[in-house]
Amino acid sequence: MTFINYAAREINCKIVYYGPGLGGKTTNIKYVYEKTNPNSKGKLISLATETDRTLFFDFLPLDLGEIRGFRTRFHLYTVPGQVFYDASRKLILKGVDGIVFVADSQAARMEANLESLRNLDLNLKEQGYDLRAIPYVLQLNKRDLPSALPVEEMKRQLIRKGEPVFDAVASKGTGVFETLKTIAKMVLLELRKGR
Amino acid sequence: MPGTDLVLHEEEFTKIRDVISRLRAECNAKVVFLVDKNGQQIAAIGELSAIDTTALASLAAGNVAATDSLARLIGEKEFSVLFHEGERDNLHISVVGGRVILVVIFDERSSLGLVRLRVKKGSTELAAILDVMLKKSASPRKAAAGGSPFAEITDEDIDKLFSD
Ligand SMILES: Nc1nc2c(ncn2[C@@H]2O[C@H](COP(=O)(O)OP(=O)(O)O)[C@@H](O)[C@H]2O)c(=O)[nH]1
Ligand SMILES: [Mg+2]
Repeated sequence: MTFINYAAREINCKIVYYGPGLGGKTTNIKYVYEKTNPNSKGKLISLATETDRTLFFDFLPLDLGEIRGFRTRFHLYTVPGQVFYDASRKLILKGVDGIVFVADSQAARMEANLESLRNLDLNLKEQGYDLRAIPYVLQLNKRDLPSALPVEEMKRQLIRKGEPVFDAVASKGTGVFETLKTIAKMVLLELRKGR
Repeated sequence: MPGTDLVLHEEEFTKIRDVISRLRAECNAKVVFLVDKNGQQIAAIGELSAIDTTALASLAAGNVAATDSLARLIGEKEFSVLFHEGERDNLHISVVGGRVILVVIFDERSSLGLVRLRVKKGSTELAAILDVMLKKSASPRKAAAGGSPFAEITDEDIDKLFSD
């Protein structure tokens, strides 16, 4: 649900990073925060537990500049991955314009990826969205780890609809901006369609 | 209504600003602030320079969302008002028309009673304006005079956003 403000000439879009706990969602938006120039970003807000696990959400507002005379703002959110925070995830998905699914490449986390993907599908449906219709990008994170599954194997199990797929090492920043640019572009193209 | 963009036009924006300006004056508040339930700031008035309004919008929406869930857990529909009392400043948060959040920040120059009273009155006016805004949003492409400016977005326009 893009918020178009004709009075202030602004477009506001919401992008949510989804995926299993400890997959690298927070790392993605922290990297974006660090690498973005101070004029184009707001404060990074993390509602985390003492042990640094995301409790409610991380939030980063980004100002990407003007498009057709409108200031274009993206609000990046991450959800908590742990199973028991489902209520928080549902709340954060409200009004979402685009989703990045951050998958953990470690073989031992494949089941968690699949579980989270099912959860995403379900939570979207509950709110009347359809994963197949919404701008969606798959990120295969932690490609640096020796225990990472082959890319082809991950794609086979995780691809839902021919979505763009990016390899990433979020902790080093690899693939982070490629992912973000792609989802942002997809969201803006959706705006052009005018639904 | 997922998929329906929220569209704010000059006309409603001006009306909203008028109502919240008046509200701020009437209850001697420091800041009056209107946020969409999804965390998007709609309008703000008052002593804003010291406040990160984008963060405030997102957190206020998160707060209301979490509290709504709490309410349902104990069998309530919602808690219509949230009040946070600080040493110096206080935060009064209420939901208008089920869709947007009205935040009032005030200090000892005002009082909870006064804020509550004025918010009630202001909310009725705001609800009416928002109603119009939502109706227009439901058919945004027609409502925008001269058609949507976004229908013409090119790939180059988008690429330019990322070229730095
Ligand atoms: N080796 C490796 N570690 C990563 C990568 N991305 C994130 N991490 C680490 O994984 C842990 C969990 O990341 P976090 O972003 O908090 O996960 P979240 O629960 O999805 O938000 C942290 O210790 C990160 O430093 C990566 O690409 N490679
Ligand atoms: Mg996290």
